[in-house]
Amino acid sequence: MTRHRPLMLKLLSALIVFGAWEIAGRVPVSYAFPTFIDSMAALARMTLDGSIFVAYAETLQPLVVGVLFSAVFGIGLGLWIGLSRGFEWMFSPIFIVMQAAPLAALIPILVMVYGIGLTSKVFVVCIMAMPVIVLNTASAVRNTPASLKEMATSFLARDRDVLLKIILPAASPVIFSGLRLGVSAGFIGAILSELKITPTGVGDIITYSRSIADYPSMYAAIFSIILLAVIFLNLLEKLENVLFEGNNRGYATD
Amino acid sequence: MQPIEPETRQAVTDSAVSVRNVSKVYGDVQALKDLSLEFPRGELTSLLGPSGCGKTTLLKIIAGLLKPTSGEIEVNGERVTGPGPDRSFVFQDFALLPWASVLRNVAFGLELRGVAKSEREAIAEKYIREVGLAGFEKKFPHQLSGGMRQRVGLARALSVNAQVLLLDEPFSAVDEQTRRKFQEDLLELVKNEKKTFIFVTHSIEEAVYVSDQIAILLPRPSRVSEIIRPSSFRDKSVDNIRRDPEYLDIVDRIWASLRSYVE
Repeated sequence: MTRHRPLMLKLLSALIVFGAWEIAGRVPVSYAFPTFIDSMAALARMTLDGSIFVAYAETLQPLVVGVLFSAVFGIGLGLWIGLSRGFEWMFSPIFIVMQAAPLAALIPILVMVYGIGLTSKVFVVCIMAMPVIVLNTASAVRNTPASLKEMATSFLARDRDVLLKIILPAASPVIFSGLRLGVSAGFIGAILSELKITPTGVGDIITYSRSIADYPSMYAAIFSIILLAVIFLNLLEKLENVLFEGNNRGYATD
Repeated sequence: MQPIEPETRQAVTDSAVSVRNVSKVYGDVQALKDLSLEFPRGELTSLLGPSGCGKTTLLKIIAGLLKPTSGEIEVNGERVTGPGPDRSFVFQDFALLPWASVLRNVAFGLELRGVAKSEREAIAEKYIREVGLAGFEKKFPHQLSGGMRQRVGLARALSVNAQVLLLDEPFSAVDEQTRRKFQEDLLELVKNEKKTFIFVTHSIEEAVYVSDQIAILLPRPSRVSEIIRPSSFRDKSVDNIRRDPEYLDIVDRIWASLRSYVE
């Protein structure tokens, strides 16, 4: 029982949320708000006729490309900014502005420059995902415990060793939390681009179902994207635990 | 010249580490001024002084972690330009990798030197046993007590087989009882390892208890005010040192010369 406690609590919280959804749908709070059961039925129908998979084949393209690009270049750029004062002054303001910018207002400009294809959508995902990854990585690198770097230096570490064996593992918890935030922002970006640029994939299901007042399908699509994001974030956390075993248990010198 | 005790002259024949006219300036603060000191081979020398007297700065300069503003350090006759394989460091805050097991932490110095995994782990296991941590190889630092963590730090410094061990207030973060045990173990280590130990501490009793030679540093700007070599109790058993008359005399004498510098 105690071993399964976290799982039980997760199930309980899911039960409460879905229960509240079901009740709110039955009251109803709005005619445009379906019950949980209706939404799940719609999701089951879309799964069985395969339309949800067709939609995701479309949606995942800008999402995966954008998230991968943001992760690789975001961490790289963040390392660079964190390791060098000069680059901080040059790049940090750009990402702080990117993070604060009203993205929806920028989309028309992106469409004018890059058209309505995949490129624009990838851009939207990147604008959402990248700043938090870059800024987290940079601050994590800058906050590497000085005594660990000094220790490595005293045991004859080269710069490459300090980076790979001290700075990166020490920064990994904050880098990973940046990745988690960035990836969930990327999911938002992917859907936003499909709603604002051209309705394709999951964005198309949402737009189309709303236009024909098939609200259960609309909410089923929204639910599925949230579910996918949660599963992905959990996988990311698992990966972190496998890579850096001692890190999730706090610092010994604290 | 600094006043030097008569005992000083007898044993200084061979120095493992020589500090010559070292000064260190941080901005407009003079941390060390024209400091010279010899560290006899195979002995433990303590650097003792009130806080702010630059003893840790001196230790880090010897380690090659800091550059002196002027003056030079020689280890075994060779001039120090940076960290080297002839010295290893034990840190006040342990500086263990929290994501690495005890075994990997102890082997880390050898890992950085490119020693093959099986070989460095064999060496690390030997020193883990030697510091009394056998059975804890797979544990992580957060699972150990403060004293055990410092034993890991000590094993790491021993495993690279450097001739000079630099210890920066290694026992200041562990509790009093563990500390006493450490001091006894350190005496054993000095006797068995045939290495030169340089030991920074702010505890007078600790310095007198473990040292072959005590260098008293006075602050602002730092200089060596006195070098004391206890003579009669070093060969006695660990249980008798603390009631030896010479031990008590030296402790009193050091306190008398330091008390005016303590705020």
